[in-house]
Amino acid sequence: MNLGITTFLDKRPKIKKYFPQIITLLFIIFIFGYFTYNAQVNMDNRGIDFGLRFLGEEASFDISFTPFVEYDGTKPYAKAYLVGLVNTLIVAAIGIFFATILGVIIGISRLSSNYLISKISEWYIEIFRNIPLLLQLFFWYFAALRALPLPKEAINFFDIAYLSIKGLYVPRFVWTNGSVFLFSIVAAIVAIFFVFKYTRIQQEKSGRRIPAFLISLGIIIVLPLLTFLIGGVSLTFEHPELKQLSKTIYNYIGGVAIIPELMALAAALSLYTATFIAECVRAGIMGVTKGQKEAAASIGLTPGQILRLVVMPQALRIIIPPTTNQYLNLTKNSSLAAAIAYPDLVLVFAGTAMMQTGRAIEIISITMLTYLSISIAISILMNWYNKKIAIKEK
Amino acid sequence: MIKIINFLGTPSREKFSLFVPIGIFLFSLGLIDVTLNSLFDVNITSFFPRGLNYFTPLIFGFLGLYYLRIEFSGNKMLDKLNININSNWFNSILTLLIIFVLIQNIPPLLNWLIIDANFVGTTKKDCSDSGACWIFIKIWFPRLMYGLYPNAELWRINTSFIMLITLVVALFYIPIKLKKYLIIFLIFVFPFIMFNLIHGGNFGLVWVETTAWGGLSLTFIISVFALILCFPIGMFLALGRRSSAPVTRYASIGFIEFWRGVPLITVLFMASVMFPMFLPDGVYMDKLFRVIIAITLFEAAYMAEVIRGGLQALPRGQYDAAKSLGMGYWRLHLLVILPQALKLVIPGIANTFLALVKDTPLILVVGLLELVGMIDMAKTNPDWLGFATEGYVFAGILFWIICFNMSRYSQRLEEKYKTDR
Repeated sequence: MNLGITTFLDKRPKIKKYFPQIITLLFIIFIFGYFTYNAQVNMDNRGIDFGLRFLGEEASFDISFTPFVEYDGTKPYAKAYLVGLVNTLIVAAIGIFFATILGVIIGISRLSSNYLISKISEWYIEIFRNIPLLLQLFFWYFAALRALPLPKEAINFFDIAYLSIKGLYVPRFVWTNGSVFLFSIVAAIVAIFFVFKYTRIQQEKSGRRIPAFLISLGIIIVLPLLTFLIGGVSLTFEHPELKQLSKTIYNYIGGVAIIPELMALAAALSLYTATFIAECVRAGIMGVTKGQKEAAASIGLTPGQILRLVVMPQALRIIIPPTTNQYLNLTKNSSLAAAIAYPDLVLVFAGTAMMQTGRAIEIISITMLTYLSISIAISILMNWYNKKIAIKEK
Repeated sequence: MIKIINFLGTPSREKFSLFVPIGIFLFSLGLIDVTLNSLFDVNITSFFPRGLNYFTPLIFGFLGLYYLRIEFSGNKMLDKLNININSNWFNSILTLLIIFVLIQNIPPLLNWLIIDANFVGTTKKDCSDSGACWIFIKIWFPRLMYGLYPNAELWRINTSFIMLITLVVALFYIPIKLKKYLIIFLIFVFPFIMFNLIHGGNFGLVWVETTAWGGLSLTFIISVFALILCFPIGMFLALGRRSSAPVTRYASIGFIEFWRGVPLITVLFMASVMFPMFLPDGVYMDKLFRVIIAITLFEAAYMAEVIRGGLQALPRGQYDAAKSLGMGYWRLHLLVILPQALKLVIPGIANTFLALVKDTPLILVVGLLELVGMIDMAKTNPDWLGFATEGYVFAGILFWIICFNMSRYSQRLEEKYKTDR
């Protein structure tokens, strides 16, 4: 039998070349087919049919935190999915923001000539990197934030923000004609883009330097300011106020409530990811050789110019790819939200919605595909960026 | 400003005996002020105006460090101090701030952790409010380590881990000739022995269902099994990704990128609710096994990328030389390429294992209780309410010791293999 196949293949080299691949392909198809068949049988037994029609049905469960998206129990599952996705992106954005700031500071302090500072940064990195993220999250949520005072004795930040066990309450911006203001900012950014382009062209042509930074600073201040003066834009604040809900229960009403789940998650994610970003930053700065700085100084650049024109472009080339990877990890790690009941994509959709509908295959697949698309989108962007900044050798 | 500070002249070597005592005096005055302030609630500088009062230790310390900043003083210790923490005014302020923050925070922390903490006793009542209640950890310790595993059978878990450690340690000391066999035994035979010992059900061992497994031992059971199982899969995926055959290559790329693109939590959810749907009707698979399979597939994708890194680092000459000896694809890879590539990526494998250990607490979301899960359970026990902090601090310290040592070990390996080539 075996011999027969071998001689058969030996006579037809073209088929022999593709034979292992055909086998692999058949094997993959077989596995997928087998799983699909089993799933079909199982779903038939339970009386559910495969499909995405359930997304249009009424969700009939409430979500505790729904910024930006109008949501209540009467809305369909698709809307609940959207709320979850937005909440995931919110916590990822907050986490990325703070992790970057902290990571850069720690990474630079790690290289400080001051012994105490570099040692403390090193220990910060060693401590926070080597404790599981879930444990840190639980510590912030169940231990640290639970030790906060009740709303009645909330920690008061200059009568603007109030921090209590119920979360952080900050004033809400109430805009009239807010969209005009938004457009003016977009217009300012576009204008700045062209200013920078123009200065570069001018400098290449005539060698004259136009203070592009000052001009753009002016644009971004003046344009939005004009909207207040003549565009009919005005801004008021809605302050959170302490109200007595019942005999012993007090809470803040109004303003924007940042729920403790969000605070704990953002704290844990940024403190954890900052350690990895710090290492990336350190590697990047150490990757620029001393000779580069000396060469730049010898042609008469000022220290500021050396940093801006010589060190940073080279350091960023090393720093950015691994840092983006860390951003991606942070976004994926934000799914730990499910463990402390922050209503993110996993908790809302793969948790509550799945329990209610019982559609395991559809829901888990959608959830995984969502994360997968975020990952793939970021890696495509990354590859494009890498190609753009790669050293162009002639 | 500088002139006022320099009323005694610039700090220099000539006036060493004048400036050093003044500097030390002012610096220690700052330290004493902060110490008294934060620990004993005594304010020795209360005669200063209120706003200034807050900054007095900083000002004293700053002046002290300024006077101490004598270049080439001739005193070795002072020179070393100046270079390391007192090189300019900015550094000296940072130094002072760090020292003050440490003085303010370390003693209360130590108080809570050790000095005021409670170690003796058996119930919640033996704990005072001022310090940590380590009695909680003491009472729950067996549960935190072994989960709900029956007390009488604990020796089985202990034995299997002692055997594992002995075998791994033995690996470093036995002669090279036997090493091969020991590795094969460790990878292909030992997991079954260990599993059988813990799971029981035959050879006169009582059957312990997997829902009773838990605690820190579960972390290691899952990590060890997932690591052993993900290794061969990762190897094949890495080879597949570098293969010239499009079907194999794209299948491997698809597999790797899929698992690397999704968070572990969704993978665990998949294992717990979606995977049973894919099994034939009537076939039931234990949740723990489903989770181990899921983690294995997840880690295999990361392992594949690590191994691929090693394969890429090998020079082309190795392939050409092996081919010129007439070796086929498998012999080439098994005898020439993989042994070298794997040696290159040992640190990477150690890092993957570290990430795996750090990721295992996540299995809590599907209802398996390892260390963190057991603490979650213990803290909601009516007799022991309100000790969440102690539990998490304990688990944090334990995990930190494990992970820190592993990361140090992998760094050492990295250095070792860097010089080898």
